[in-house]
Amino acid sequence: MTEIFGVPTQALFGQLLIGLINGAFYAMLSLGLAVIFGLLNIINFTHGAQYMLGAFCAYFLLQLTGVGYWWSLVLAPIIVGAIGIVIERTMLVRLYKLDHLYGLLLTFGLALVLQGLFTNYYGSSGMPYRIPEELNGGFNLGFMFLPKYRAWVIGSSIVICLGTWFVIERTKLGSYLRAATENPSLVQAFGINVPRMITLTYGFGVALAAFAGVMAAPIYQVNPQMGANLIIVVFAVVVIGGMGSILGAIITGFGLGVIEGLTKVFYPEASNTVIFVIMVIVLLIKPAGLFGKER
Amino acid sequence: MATTAAPPAAAAAAGEVIGAAGDTRTFAIATLAMALAFAVAPHVGVYPVFLMKALCFALFACAFNLLIGFGGLLSFGHAMFLGVAGYASAYSAKNWGFPPELAILFATAVAALLGLVSGALAIRRQGIYFAMITLALAQMVYFFCLQAPAITGGEDGIQSVPRGRLFGVLDLSSTLALYYVVLVIFLTAFVLIYRIIYSPFGNVLKAIRENEPRAISLGYDAERYKLLAFVLSATLSGLAGATKAIVFQLASLTDVHWSMSGEVVLMTLLGGMGTIFGPVVGAFVIIGLENYLSGFGQWVTVITGAIFVVCVLAFRRGVVGEIGAWWARRKGRLGGRS
Repeated sequence: MTEIFGVPTQALFGQLLIGLINGAFYAMLSLGLAVIFGLLNIINFTHGAQYMLGAFCAYFLLQLTGVGYWWSLVLAPIIVGAIGIVIERTMLVRLYKLDHLYGLLLTFGLALVLQGLFTNYYGSSGMPYRIPEELNGGFNLGFMFLPKYRAWVIGSSIVICLGTWFVIERTKLGSYLRAATENPSLVQAFGINVPRMITLTYGFGVALAAFAGVMAAPIYQVNPQMGANLIIVVFAVVVIGGMGSILGAIITGFGLGVIEGLTKVFYPEASNTVIFVIMVIVLLIKPAGLFGKER
Repeated sequence: MATTAAPPAAAAAAGEVIGAAGDTRTFAIATLAMALAFAVAPHVGVYPVFLMKALCFALFACAFNLLIGFGGLLSFGHAMFLGVAGYASAYSAKNWGFPPELAILFATAVAALLGLVSGALAIRRQGIYFAMITLALAQMVYFFCLQAPAITGGEDGIQSVPRGRLFGVLDLSSTLALYYVVLVIFLTAFVLIYRIIYSPFGNVLKAIRENEPRAISLGYDAERYKLLAFVLSATLSGLAGATKAIVFQLASLTDVHWSMSGEVVLMTLLGGMGTIFGPVVGAFVIIGLENYLSGFGQWVTVITGAIFVVCVLAFRRGVVGEIGAWWARRKGRLGGRS
């Protein structure tokens, strides 16, 4: 068997693949957080719970109505995004004039409510969700076996991330959004409906989390606690990348996923903490984050 | 940050009523009344173990309040100080045979050191990032505790910690004796926190909270003040954790978990951020609630979350803050009439 640095290549590439998968989820979730923070000035602690909701939504759609994976990929983000819009309209809207710590506290409370409710009814063990027919099996790349579904997750998440980047950085709608992030009252004075834009932005960020949740369902199983620990890692990812740049969030997400995967190969004991250690190092060297601007 | 940090502005107004700088007498009377009530409580049928648990958490919440209420810094990782100090006191008492007073002191020092390191890192960023960094650091500490079973006992924790004899004289295996020791620890720390808040240091801290650039332009080294506040808060949280470990003869992962960090935020928010007595009230309500609902499993989480939401939306001053504001309004009305 071939080895690299004394590690069998099979294990190395296997962990690299898992790292890329995790990185795809870090990227999608931190992207949503960054978009929401940019316009609402709120750190959405419910993000992990909304990711979990997306997975549950796919599960219910399949169990109750027989709607399969592909339609879930469209429907779950819309449904969960709509729930997000209701949350924004009824609760978050009251907090914009206050210190943004309150936004964090409110969304933390909501996350507890959602996770508690689902744990009550579905326990803390996961429920399996089958990989869709079309993506069963895999490719033999010679040096490793690449399951089709994993390839699909990595590929489509890159497309989604780049699509989001394109909309925000290269379209007219995106330019409104960036302008409103800089100076909402001025943009409103130009006749653009900023409150509605804020609502839709929150809905979009939440839908992104739900989309990630549906993608995660066949890999990690559907579990009420699936978002709880993930969101803390994503926070560290956001601190490392800085929330100033969309591309930065994507690169940081994938990069950290890969580093985490490699740590599992070379020093498994540290694989849970490596991202936090990197956060500490980045804070010491460049406190604003790798892609952040000092303000 | 362009926005000024003024989360407890409303609460601060209430704080003026309950123990403003010149109003030490009101504070002394209220504290004496509280001490008396606690001293009598176990003799009128209140379960002392419950009281000890609530007092430990009240101290924890007061220490946390020192940071959020008067420094304007929201830490989302305070469980690390509670939990690590718990491990340190349990480990030193059990494996090194430390007497309880030494174990608690040692653990408090460990928490202070951890506070110094994590605080120095966290104050490099402000506002929302500060909260995220403290949360991430606490999660790192959690994983460390989980993966170092040689020290922490992993999933089992450190069990059957000896309570020992205080100063070699007082046998703490008597629950009532232990209760009064915990009460003395709590009251001492409580008065100390009051002294800190109304010291020149506390006033500078409040100035930094209200307007950091201005405080800096007046020549105050804001970072140093924030760091000192963080270390003080961590130290007192550690004292709470160390005492708790001796009381329950147990140090476990629960105390390092992020949900514990959330719980102390909730206690402070519910009781009233930036008020002196608020965290004590909040801690008793939450611990009482958990005791009462302990048979309902995950519903506790749901209710805890719901209280969070209600507090943020409708009740930002907390219980004590609301009472203070009501009192101030009433006084204002009376003052207008005379």
